[in-house]
Amino acid sequence: MPAALPRIHERPMPAIRDNIVEVRGLSKFYGGFQALKEIDLDFPEGELISLLGPSGCGKTTLLKMIAGLLEPSAGQVFVKGKAVTGPGPERAFVFQDFALMPWATVLRNVAFGLELRGTPKAERHETARRYIAEVGLAGFEERYPHELSGGMRQRVGLARALAVNADVLLMDEPFSAVDEQTRRKFQEDLLHLRRVQRKTFIFVTHSIEEAVYVSDRIVLLSRRPGRVSRIIEPDIPRDGTPDEIRRDRRYLDTVEDIWDGLKQFVD
Amino acid sequence: MAHISVPNNEVPGWIRWAATRDHTLLWRLLSLGLFAGAWEIAGQIPINYALPPFSQTFMAFVGMVLDGSLIGAYATTLQPLLIGIAISAVLGVSIGVLMGLRPMAEWLAAPVFIVMQAAPMAALIPLITFVYGIGMTSKVLAVCVLALPVIVLNCYKAVRNVNPSLVAMCRSFQGTRWQQVAKIVIPDASPLIFAGLRLGISAGFIGIVLAELLITPTGIGDLITYHRSVANYAEMYATVVSIIVFSAVTVGGLQRVELTLFRPEKREIA
Repeated sequence: MPAALPRIHERPMPAIRDNIVEVRGLSKFYGGFQALKEIDLDFPEGELISLLGPSGCGKTTLLKMIAGLLEPSAGQVFVKGKAVTGPGPERAFVFQDFALMPWATVLRNVAFGLELRGTPKAERHETARRYIAEVGLAGFEERYPHELSGGMRQRVGLARALAVNADVLLMDEPFSAVDEQTRRKFQEDLLHLRRVQRKTFIFVTHSIEEAVYVSDRIVLLSRRPGRVSRIIEPDIPRDGTPDEIRRDRRYLDTVEDIWDGLKQFVD
Repeated sequence: MAHISVPNNEVPGWIRWAATRDHTLLWRLLSLGLFAGAWEIAGQIPINYALPPFSQTFMAFVGMVLDGSLIGAYATTLQPLLIGIAISAVLGVSIGVLMGLRPMAEWLAAPVFIVMQAAPMAALIPLITFVYGIGMTSKVLAVCVLALPVIVLNCYKAVRNVNPSLVAMCRSFQGTRWQQVAKIVIPDASPLIFAGLRLGISAGFIGIVLAELLITPTGIGDLITYHRSVANYAEMYATVVSIIVFSAVTVGGLQRVELTLFRPEKREIA
């Protein structure tokens, strides 16, 4: 069946471009429960890679270990060739629940990463204003998070991650807490961002359509324990309008193919 | 149906006025007025020989302010109260925050403060007098003993309930442990810490009044004791009510301070 599909590659370890993030033999136990088992993955620089899988497959755990927020039980993560021991300036995290400080304005929230680094106030505010404008929130600098909608809050979270100018953006289901229209708008913005920023995006999602729509590469995880079951490179034309892409044969076939693979996990 | 669609001009003006605007202050004053009215009636019946009407109490209050006795009494009472509250606030917040951050501190201190909060600490006041005599030390201690546990336990819970996602956010941007505490933990815990401080201050007021009634009659305690003993009930009630109002105003003032300093985003709501 997959052979009939146009150009869907399945390669366990592609090595064409430089890998900015490498995951080697990564396992994670929570007590006696094994969340992830011996994960080996490469993340090529400049790509948008999705981690996709059924709930409980450990995709967020994997992302947090890449971020250095969780300690692996075994194995290692390398970022730009260096072993990860904790969070680092070359990685920035976008949180599912936004993680905005409710007592701080949008401006301070966006500048917070720079504030922690000790960047002078004028300089970090200038940078923050630029990224606030980039995510389309110009004019909201002095507002507080509770005055914003869910979608706008996530834009603040995104601007904060962009402001520290990291090479790798780690996004933990960033669009799951926003409504469908906002979500689609976000996906467009993400694709735009990927074109203008020379960054690597690692993106956790549980939505097949979302993963296929935005990704250069999809890592499909199975669960109990979480393992890499497939790596898919959707060959979707990027030059059409969103509607054309969503009706494109290759887009639909890829979604269907992944769904076939995931069906077995639905209980 | 008819009375629903009454045109505006048939509704009395004051009803429209009351229904269309926000009159929080008005309602608060009305509530106080009702209370004073009920008191006045109860005092005029009288339901008890020892209950003077509101008007008489108010006149006694004015008299005591004018002859300086009330002001003098407050000057005496406030000293141990302020010292005690200052000590409890600094010590209580530090211990509580430390307990929230470090398991060692939690294991060491939590049982002590949980027992202290549950126990009727007022019963210790005679013991404090026995050890420290009847001076300032005893009164300050009485304030601390009542105020400290509630401040400590609130701070501890506040730090424990800090949003873990914000802490992870701070870590992901390479915040140091110190930055994490100063920029995330304390601000996020501040509403609960301030709630603890407010409770601590009202407990401190209880402590100082108890101390002044039980240890040696000075200040407010002296005024209450003296006027009761010579059956000046109006003066006695005036003193009691004044300390209640004073305590309430102080606690309310602290809330304002909190909103201004720590929660700029809630200023308009409150």
